[in-house]
Amino acid sequence: MANKIPNRQAICEALMAHAETDPELFVLCSDSRGSASLAPFAERFPEQFVEVGIAEQNLVGIAAGLAACGKKAFVASPACFLSTRSYEQAKVDCAYSNTNVKLIGISGGVSYGALGMSHHSAQDIAAMSALPNMRVYLPSDRHQTKRLVEALLADEKPAYLRVGRNPVEDIYSEAACPFEMDRAVWLKGKGQQVKAALIACGEMVRPALEAANRLEGEGVAASVLDMYCVKPLDREAVIEAAKSADVVVTVEEHSVYGGLGSMVAQVVGEHCPRRVKCLALPDAPVITGTSPEVFAHYGLTGEGIACTVKELIK
Amino acid sequence: MDIRDLEALSWDLRQQTLDIIMAGGGGHIGGDMSLMNALLVLYENHLNITPATVNDPERDRFVLSKGHSMEAYYAVLCHKGFLDLRDVTERFSQFGSPYIGHPNNKLPGIEMNSGSLGHGLPVCVGMALAGKRSGKRYRVYTVMGDGELAEGSVWEGAMAAGHYGLDNLCAVVDRNRLQISGTTEEVMGHEPLAERFAAFGWNVLDVNGDSIAELDRAFAKAKETGGKPTVILSNTTKGYGSPLMENKAGWHHHLPSREEYEQIKADFAKGKEAARNGK
Repeated sequence: MANKIPNRQAICEALMAHAETDPELFVLCSDSRGSASLAPFAERFPEQFVEVGIAEQNLVGIAAGLAACGKKAFVASPACFLSTRSYEQAKVDCAYSNTNVKLIGISGGVSYGALGMSHHSAQDIAAMSALPNMRVYLPSDRHQTKRLVEALLADEKPAYLRVGRNPVEDIYSEAACPFEMDRAVWLKGKGQQVKAALIACGEMVRPALEAANRLEGEGVAASVLDMYCVKPLDREAVIEAAKSADVVVTVEEHSVYGGLGSMVAQVVGEHCPRRVKCLALPDAPVITGTSPEVFAHYGLTGEGIACTVKELIK
Repeated sequence: MDIRDLEALSWDLRQQTLDIIMAGGGGHIGGDMSLMNALLVLYENHLNITPATVNDPERDRFVLSKGHSMEAYYAVLCHKGFLDLRDVTERFSQFGSPYIGHPNNKLPGIEMNSGSLGHGLPVCVGMALAGKRSGKRYRVYTVMGDGELAEGSVWEGAMAAGHYGLDNLCAVVDRNRLQISGTTEEVMGHEPLAERFAAFGWNVLDVNGDSIAELDRAFAKAKETGGKPTVILSNTTKGYGSPLMENKAGWHHHLPSREEYEQIKADFAKGKEAARNGK
C-alpha cells in the first residue's frame, strides 16, 4: 500500500490547521487521543482540548454544553462506543437541541478486527441516521476526509463522521479531490448506460472501484458512486445511477439492516424500481480476523463484488 | 427582590402553574411545587438573564435538568417576560403547540432541551468549561431531581466538574425525597448524599429548600466559593403549598379534579396571606 496516513490522522491535521486561527474550535476525547491520532492537537492546543476520561455520555454532554456557548466541538471516540453508549446524548443534547457538535467515530466498522463484537460498529449508520437533525458521513480516503472536515468546520449543525483505523489506498489526490457537500462523487460511468451501478461508502469505495475496473476488463460496464454523504443521501445521484443501470449494488462496512443499502433501496424502489443487492456485514457477530480477512470472507473485495455483479446480470 | 416580596410572589406563581396544568390536561405538579422557590430565587436574585440578554455571551446559563418540572418553569419565564402567560396557558400541551411538557430551546430563554434525566449536569460542565477557557465571568446553574441522581451520567458530570474545579458551576438537587414508585430511599437510596458529592470534590450546602431566605443565602454563598463546584441540596416538600398534595407520590403527575383545584387554590391564597403577614 502506498498511502501510510490513516483518515484519523487527516482529521487531526485539518483540525490543527483550523485551530491556528480559530480559538473557538474545541476537541474532546475519552481517553482516546492516541487512537484518534489527536495527541498532537492536545499537545499544541491544550486550552482547546478537553479530556473527559472513559465516560462517553459525559463526553457528548460536555461537548454539547461547549457548543451551546459558541464553541465548535469535535468529539473523537471509538465508533463502537460513541454510537451506542452516548446515543441518547447524541439524540437529545446534539440533534434535538441542535448544538454544533461533530461526533467522530474512529476505528469504525470492523477496524478492531479480532477484538470482537463489543468493538465493532456495524450499527452506527442505522442508529445515527434515524435521529432527526443528525447527518452521517463516511469518507472514502484521507483527501476526502480532509475536505469533509473543512466543510464541517464551516457549518453549525450536528453531524456524525465515521472513519476506520487503518490507512486506506487513496481514491483521490491532494490536487484532484472533487468535493461538494452532500453530493456523491461519480468515480466511473456518469452519463453512460451500464449493467450495474455500484454505490459505496467509506472504506468500501475502493473495492467497489476495483470491481468496476475488473468488470470493465471482462466487457461488463459498471458505474461507481462514492456516497460519502449517507445522510442526507444524494437522492438525485442514486436515481441517476439506477436509471442508467440494469441492477444496483450497494457496498458498506455495516449491518445489512438500516445502512446505505436500506437507504438506497428506498429511493430506488420509490423512483426507478430496479433489482438492488445490498452487500454488507451479516446480522451476526462477524468472523474473527483482520479487516482485509473479514472483508474477503464476506465478499466485500473487488473480486467478491465483481462476482456478485456477474451473478446478478447472468 | 426582598425575601418577603419573593415569598408573596411565589404563591402567585404556584397558582399560575396550577392553571397551566389544568388547561393542559395534567402536569408534573408535585415536582413543580417543590422546585418553584429555587427557580424563583435564581431568576429574581441571581441570574443575569433577561429577555434582552438571551443571546449575550456573558449571560448566566440555566439548564433545567429535571425537565418535567416545566410548568413551574413556564410560570417563572412568563413572570420574567420571556413568554406570554396567557398564550402559554391557552396552548400548553395542545396540538401543534411549542409549549410542550419539557424544555424546548426554540423558545426564548431556554438554553437546552431536556426531558431524559441525567443530561443537565454534563451539559453544564461543558458550559462552565467554555466560560473558564474563554475568560468569561458568567455562572452556570442546573436543577436536578433527587430521583434523577440514580442516572450514572450525573456522576460522570460530577466527577468532571470536580476534576476541572468548576467554581462557576452551581447545581441544585431538588431533594423532595419522592419519586414515581415511592420514596427515593426505598427506590434507590442516595444517602449519605452530602458526603457523596463532597467525595467528588464539591462544596456542599444543605438547606431547607422550602425557605426562600435559605435558598437566597445559599446561592450567594456558592458564588463566594473558589476552586470547586457547589451543590445545593435543597430539602423540599413535594407538592409544597397544599396539604392535599404534599408528600404524596401519586401527585408526581396529576390533573386535579375541580374540587381539588378549588382546595389547592384556597391553600395557595392562605399561603400568600401568611407571607404578606410575615409568617
